[in-house]
Amino acid sequence: MKSGTKINEGAPRYIFLAVNAVVLGLIGFCCLAPMWHVFCCSISDPSALARSGGFHLLPIAPYSFDGYKAVFGYRNILIGYTNTLFYVVFGVALNLLLTIPCAYVLSRKRFLPANGFMLFMAFTMIFSGGLIPTYLVFVKLGLIDTRLAILLCTAFNAFNMVILRTSFLSIPVALEESALLDGANDLQILVRIVLPLSKASVAVITLFVAVGIWNSWFTSAIYLMDRGKWPIQLFLREVLINNSQKSLEAGVKASAESLQTLVKYAITIVATLPILCVYPFVQRYFVKGVMIGSIKG
Amino acid sequence: MAQKLRRLCLNYRQNKLLYWMLLPSVVYVLVFNYLPMAGLTMAFQDYSLVKGIFGSKFVGLKNFREFFGGMYFGRTLSNTLILSLLDLLICFPAPIVLALMLNEVQHLRYKKAIQTVSYIPHFISMVVAAGLIKEFTNSGGVVAKIVEALGGTPRSYISLPQYFRSIFTVSQVWQTIGFNSIIFLAALSGINQELYEAAKIDGATRMKQMWHVTLPGISSTIIIMLILRCGAIMNVNFEKVLLLYTPSTYETADVISTYVYRVGIVKQKIGYSTAVGLFNSVVSLILVLTANKLSKTYTDSSMF
Repeated sequence: MKSGTKINEGAPRYIFLAVNAVVLGLIGFCCLAPMWHVFCCSISDPSALARSGGFHLLPIAPYSFDGYKAVFGYRNILIGYTNTLFYVVFGVALNLLLTIPCAYVLSRKRFLPANGFMLFMAFTMIFSGGLIPTYLVFVKLGLIDTRLAILLCTAFNAFNMVILRTSFLSIPVALEESALLDGANDLQILVRIVLPLSKASVAVITLFVAVGIWNSWFTSAIYLMDRGKWPIQLFLREVLINNSQKSLEAGVKASAESLQTLVKYAITIVATLPILCVYPFVQRYFVKGVMIGSIKG
Repeated sequence: MAQKLRRLCLNYRQNKLLYWMLLPSVVYVLVFNYLPMAGLTMAFQDYSLVKGIFGSKFVGLKNFREFFGGMYFGRTLSNTLILSLLDLLICFPAPIVLALMLNEVQHLRYKKAIQTVSYIPHFISMVVAAGLIKEFTNSGGVVAKIVEALGGTPRSYISLPQYFRSIFTVSQVWQTIGFNSIIFLAALSGINQELYEAAKIDGATRMKQMWHVTLPGISSTIIIMLILRCGAIMNVNFEKVLLLYTPSTYETADVISTYVYRVGIVKQKIGYSTAVGLFNSVVSLILVLTANKLSKTYTDSSMF
């Protein structure tokens, strides 16, 4: 009987495994290829690229770095990059400053109204005033066209807070109690005991918030008019989506149209590079991040 | 009541610092989450920016009547529902299939490599992703080239309304399949290996093992994710639609939230757009609560 089943699934099993591996390879290819194509195009020969169109898995020789040279020459790209860096650094800092203490307090048994405040926070996860009333709050507070508006947009998120609170709850209460007996106050307990024990969760939140701010464009699009405050994604939108060369200033407008195509790819790479650089480092946290998110709060 | 208040006061006196640490986030949520909810009263007003909430005239349900009676109601609602249902039918099962396939791979390095690569689209910014989608589906893009090679006439697919839904859904699979498979892979790794041994001894083939051991093992995860997804039916990936659609594709692409954006922020018809947004939020809320209720009834887990 045992050997019978083995014969039964021997050959088909290998066929299945082979097909499975090939299909998975194809999926992997589809996920990797588009960005690879952009990279290849960004160093291709501009005139040949403009003529050929389509998809490129290899750069077209002779290789040209004119695209990158041009990109780094634009003031707008530089402005966008610095602005994005500003929003990421201060946005993440502000977010953590609001989220961590909140998660800490709501995970304390000593805090009597914890349940009430949890409900208060959690309700924002399932219902919101929506785009227009939120926009009007920003208008009425005079936040339109200020950098503060962009920082405030991402300053707090109930979902992240719940994730963090869950991980704080898993820390043994005995640690806190002994610290309290030793005369530590809550700030000390948070900084010296709770945070060091939840490094991984805090790292996950930090990274996801940072990536989120780096990639965000919509809030800046509605709250910022002054191009000097725009993050890189808005300049990218102009070049990639609206096909406008406005971001690229006079120097490029005059130059050949073929160079503009090249520049488009080079900007994409330049704007995505930081994400792709931290990617290998962030990657191992993904599973953990998704898992803590799925635990009931 | 008085006793409760006394206990609260005592609690405050003993844990002052805790209360103060909570204050910033509570203020933030009040101002940026609850104040907008109060602002929803504008949906019942002929709101003018100059007069403000207290000065504007109440018009009852006029804004809602205008929306439900106008041509945009049917179009934006059906576009929202169709894009969402396509997402539910295609983008939801895709990561489960991917996870099951990855689970069968015995070569661990290969498995890891595919996993790593499959997360990439999730981390590409929406602007770049939309730029790529536009490039690939316009008249000189890779899709047109393939069609041409197969003997068809290449077209600029992204600017034709009849292709918008397919483009949106396929690219959505591309963006989400890898990242969303993580949770199912985690569930798969939690299945007790002894169950497989037992199934083998009972003579179960691989297919039977998948049907009787693997799928039941991850079914609770699937159900929870499905319920969460159902609750989000009204929330189509609005930023993506906004980047991909053009007036020529409004017919199939314009969803409720993009319509709210155009009318509210671009045209500044505040009261009316708030009403449309409120309709969306309320339907959303009902869906979430229903989904949660169903989950409580049929599975052990619920969000709240």
